[in-house]
Amino acid sequence: MQRLENLMKAKAIELLENGSVNRVLGWTAGDFYYDNTPAIFNSKEEIEKSFVYNSFCGANLSKYLVKERKNEGKILVFLKPCDTYSFNQLVKEHRVNKDNIYIVGIECQGHLSIEAIKAKGIDGVVGLEENGEEVTVKSIYGDKTVVRGEVMLEKCLSCKSKKHVAYDELIIVNEMAEADSMKRFSKVAELEAMTADERFAFWKSELSKCIRCNACRNVCPACTCTKCVFDNPESGVDAKANADKFEEKLFHIIRSFHVTGRCTDCGECSRVCPQNIPLHLINRKYIKDINEFYGEYQAGADTESKAPLTSFTTSDIEPGSNLKEGK
Amino acid sequence: MQRIGVFVCWCGSNIAATVDVKRVAETLGQEPGVVYSADYQYMCSENGQQLIKTAIKEHGLTGIVVCSCSPRMHEATFRKTAESAGLNPYMVEIANIREQVSWIHKDIEEATVKAIILGRTAIAKLLLNTPLTAGETGVTKRALVIGGGIAGIQTALDIAEAGYEVDIVEQRPTIGGRMAQLDKTFPTLDCAACILTPKMVDCAQNEKIDILSYSEVEEVKGFVGNFTVKIRKKARYIDEKKCTGCGICMSVCPSKKGLNEFNMNLNNRPAAYIPFAQAIPNVAVIDPEQCIKLKTGKCGLCSMKCEAKAIDYTQQDSFVERNYGAIVVATGFKIADLKYFNEYGYADNKDVITSLELERLMNAAGPTKGTLLRPSDNTHPHVITFIQCVGSRDISGCGKPYCSKICCMYTAKHAMLIREKYPDTEVHVFYIDIRTPGKNYDEFYRRAVEQYDVDYIKGMVGKVYNENGKLMVQGSDLLSNEQITIASDLVVLAAAIEPEPSVRKIATLLTTSIDTNNFLTEAHAKLRPVESPTAGIFLSGMCQGPKDIPETVSQASACAAKVIGLLAKDKLKCNPCVSISDDSMCIGCGTCANVCPYGAITYVDKEFRLGGGKTEVRRVASVNEAVCQGCGACTVACPSGAIDLKGFTTKQIMAEVEAVCKR
Repeated sequence: MQRLENLMKAKAIELLENGSVNRVLGWTAGDFYYDNTPAIFNSKEEIEKSFVYNSFCGANLSKYLVKERKNEGKILVFLKPCDTYSFNQLVKEHRVNKDNIYIVGIECQGHLSIEAIKAKGIDGVVGLEENGEEVTVKSIYGDKTVVRGEVMLEKCLSCKSKKHVAYDELIIVNEMAEADSMKRFSKVAELEAMTADERFAFWKSELSKCIRCNACRNVCPACTCTKCVFDNPESGVDAKANADKFEEKLFHIIRSFHVTGRCTDCGECSRVCPQNIPLHLINRKYIKDINEFYGEYQAGADTESKAPLTSFTTSDIEPGSNLKEGK
Repeated sequence: MQRIGVFVCWCGSNIAATVDVKRVAETLGQEPGVVYSADYQYMCSENGQQLIKTAIKEHGLTGIVVCSCSPRMHEATFRKTAESAGLNPYMVEIANIREQVSWIHKDIEEATVKAIILGRTAIAKLLLNTPLTAGETGVTKRALVIGGGIAGIQTALDIAEAGYEVDIVEQRPTIGGRMAQLDKTFPTLDCAACILTPKMVDCAQNEKIDILSYSEVEEVKGFVGNFTVKIRKKARYIDEKKCTGCGICMSVCPSKKGLNEFNMNLNNRPAAYIPFAQAIPNVAVIDPEQCIKLKTGKCGLCSMKCEAKAIDYTQQDSFVERNYGAIVVATGFKIADLKYFNEYGYADNKDVITSLELERLMNAAGPTKGTLLRPSDNTHPHVITFIQCVGSRDISGCGKPYCSKICCMYTAKHAMLIREKYPDTEVHVFYIDIRTPGKNYDEFYRRAVEQYDVDYIKGMVGKVYNENGKLMVQGSDLLSNEQITIASDLVVLAAAIEPEPSVRKIATLLTTSIDTNNFLTEAHAKLRPVESPTAGIFLSGMCQGPKDIPETVSQASACAAKVIGLLAKDKLKCNPCVSISDDSMCIGCGTCANVCPYGAITYVDKEFRLGGGKTEVRRVASVNEAVCQGCGACTVACPSGAIDLKGFTTKQIMAEVEAVCKR
């Protein structure tokens, strides 16, 4: 991991120095070892001082490019495989200008969840030593070795692809194992198998935890409206999301509808949720439905293909057909 | 605050018998914003409209709700009424308490409550209405007729007669259509070619008419008055301008295996051919599937012999783009596929033929030069059995549920002609019912029975099978209640007709509607029978439903009258209910343009102030109001809620939903 970080730093410095780019989008260290944050670096000095890349860099940097579009010059961005899907989707929707972006695709072995590590009774994390499936977590209380698969982020456990779908160059040190993109639908299938009442109870219990912090929306690469309908009293839905006693369901359902067909399943919504609501399951349910109704479609797999929900073909399913009860 | 007037119509007893109209008027009169309410026997009548006008003036109304029939019926009427009283016509809302209430409910209490709810819904919407102003667009004074059969020909001739330019696009190498294939026509038995070909010639000679034969409509853009149509001219490998129609290429062409479509594939034609002697344009065409030169590169005989040097093996499909004010669909029909009707043995026996094949066998220009010979052995048939309703009036799912309308008459015609020409022939006709409404039609059929001794058998045929060279037709005679078998030499099936299959693609291109049988839908079955629901698109002939030649010609002329009425206008009022995008919310994602069926949305880069002296250039959607048809697809697709439909804003629709749901 250290070697990967060094290569990334060297690449960033090289491109800054030779004038190919004028800034770099990467991660910087937070207050703790495990709370790395997306950041812009403008110089070699800044890179050397605070650029980091380790297994706590789950954040998807693609969305930050939307804001960066307003600034002059070319930007270097480091994207993990799943982040490149979000990137393509943003290109497709004209939200970023590809010409002003230099993408370095980076290796990803799955990122770690500090909650999962804490759940194993490890506190005060100060470092990691990774050796394939084994991860030795260093803490102020000593070292402890855990299995990687048990402490990964949910979005990494249900990784859809290890393939970069957009990049100018790649930095890959160790080979990445192939991902099984269909495995991620197993939890959705479980929800589908429930009765309507059970499913309602499940979502009610999950969504009732929502504190409307808007983190899911703010981090979502598909949510890039200049004025969100929930912040717009004119939209007619802003208050709807609050008026009901089970208000949060409307917020999340409206939001998921807005990203349906555009959501790449990057899993950021669930990663940032302070209440650990499995928001990705709503989006994933719609992705599964789209796959079943219109044939497999992965948003962001490319920048040209027509999205099934906004294009018409004569083979599209008719309303009412194939919609089984309970789905 | 608005001052709303509510007007409840009885529609005679249509509404008043099921809805307590007085209670509706009184209850709605209490709604916030409503300052006046009334009920009247016929709101659409002169007196009813006067009532509305007077109320608008006396009570200073800012908007009106009319609780009456469907807005498709009288919305335009009441908008005009409001306008003449000084109101903006878009401050009118209709609550449909006839089709949606009185006609479908029996219980007065239930119906009255529903009528009140629909009235409240219209009031809720009207409270958010804003005055809208319609723009104007010009009209391209040229019409397109798709299909060059008798329907298309008649429509084109009538439009040209009025002085407007008209193009006929015909997918086959010649105009003339199905009628050109017919032998004689009922009920007067004049020869089809004799009455059709002069009209074809008229088309060719009329300087206002341009015939684009062997061509297809490829793309349609625009809207009523301003269509832009891309037409594909298929490569005919013959220079149309040079070809004199001499026919030398036909006679020298060594490839003779192509099936003669004009003769219903009953004989063969060369690869280079003119479909029939009176073809318009009288220009040859080369079938690339059959041409030896095009397939193997060796031959070129026709090119060597052609004195006009018209042969061009390198010809490619070409495209022309033209502007039209109106488009007429006259795509016609074909004989339905008989693959689900194995019981009649059409596929297995050469001597089981369709009526259209019989037309060719009896036609002097047909494969047998007009002598009736059966296809299997070219002998004269002595017993001929006709079977009617093959695939028509069929609710089993194999055929068509509708009556094909022309079969009773043409079968009587065939039977009569055969008995006249070959009196030694025995003719039987199996029928379910005989349907002969029309001037001189029943007399015509009776002549077949009474004068020509044609044996009409009421009943259906169960099976046709070959036994020792005879076609055994097994059926039931319902009148004598017995099973009969007729040993026949020739069996003629009056197969169902269906719309020409290419009409589906054309309907999609024109965004006009089609029914479950692929017939095009008219704007109103009774009152607007030649207009499609899509403005500027008109229907002529069989594409709209089964009809015979007299009816087709009448409809074709009616259609031309509608087109002329449109082309005579210099300006058309646009629909002001179009989409509008809020730049401050639009993110230029492209979703609306993706779903827009009219291509009305483009994107522009606009500069916006960000505050602090900073500006930002953003890509935002821009709606072409003249092209937008107000379908609203963009408004539901827009993820930011930036795009809205004037007259049907999201807020108005939500207000309606709330009003419906409110207890």
